[in-house]
Amino acid sequence: MKAGVIVFPGSNCDRDLAVAFERAGAQVQMIWHKETELPTDLDIVGVPGGFSFGDYLRCGAIAAQSPITRSLIKHTERGGYAIGICNGFQVLTETGILPGALMRNANLKFICKPVGLKVETTECDFLSGYAQGQEITVPVAHHDGNYNVTDEKLAQLRDEGRIAFTYTDNPNGSTGDIAGVISKNRRVLGMMPHPERCVDALHGGTDGVAMFRSLVDTVVAA
Amino acid sequence: MKVRVDVMLKTGVLDPQGEAVRHALGNLGFEGVEKVRQGKVIELDVAEGTSEEQIKDMCEKLLANTVIENYAIQVL
Repeated sequence: MKAGVIVFPGSNCDRDLAVAFERAGAQVQMIWHKETELPTDLDIVGVPGGFSFGDYLRCGAIAAQSPITRSLIKHTERGGYAIGICNGFQVLTETGILPGALMRNANLKFICKPVGLKVETTECDFLSGYAQGQEITVPVAHHDGNYNVTDEKLAQLRDEGRIAFTYTDNPNGSTGDIAGVISKNRRVLGMMPHPERCVDALHGGTDGVAMFRSLVDTVVAA
Repeated sequence: MKVRVDVMLKTGVLDPQGEAVRHALGNLGFEGVEKVRQGKVIELDVAEGTSEEQIKDMCEKLLANTVIENYAIQVL
């Protein structure tokens, strides 16, 4: 199982994400954003949290135009796995790989705390290690996590079972309490909370472990 | 050639920053401010002969996120 983590100028959760993949049994390589092609043998690409390009223009907007991101789009079109966490989720929505947009938190504050999440679907290789409806605790750390989609799109996401997680107590004003969504082919997950920040007892919780482990196990078994 | 692009949140998209500005104006004693919408102005200095089509393309691909924002182009 080979994982790649893209590093943009301003990424700051890249190494945490690499550790989370490694602990789950993946071989990880870091990929600088100026590379034009992803290695062809990658099973999964991680887009980490942080403040790529200083959040200039809009969070994730410049990173979405980075050369490596074009290769990421092709990877997802081929059916490759990808996960975008926090700023990575913002990048994935800016590219159009995932629907919606992330706006300034409704209370205008940077929110940094553990939050409760409800697992809304387990029909996804990232989520099969959880139980449907299970409540887990994962930290958030963002200023722009207010997920925005039209009512029409929200209905579509619900119909297609593409909401991965909802907040048990919405911290940021997200439409439909949405904390994470998956792509139509269920192989791309974007989420604002940080599962890579809860994979060790010293992190204060280990609710993120199941996500990395179930994905690695699925790919290894395939 | 100078071009000005105004980027605004679409009607119906809640603008938390505009709302905060409206509150602050109220706190300063300015009455009757019913609504504030906050957006961005982007000024471009482009080569003569750049077509409106090309500027539109810039807006669609980068300057605005058309999921939540509208843009207006003005050639100055």
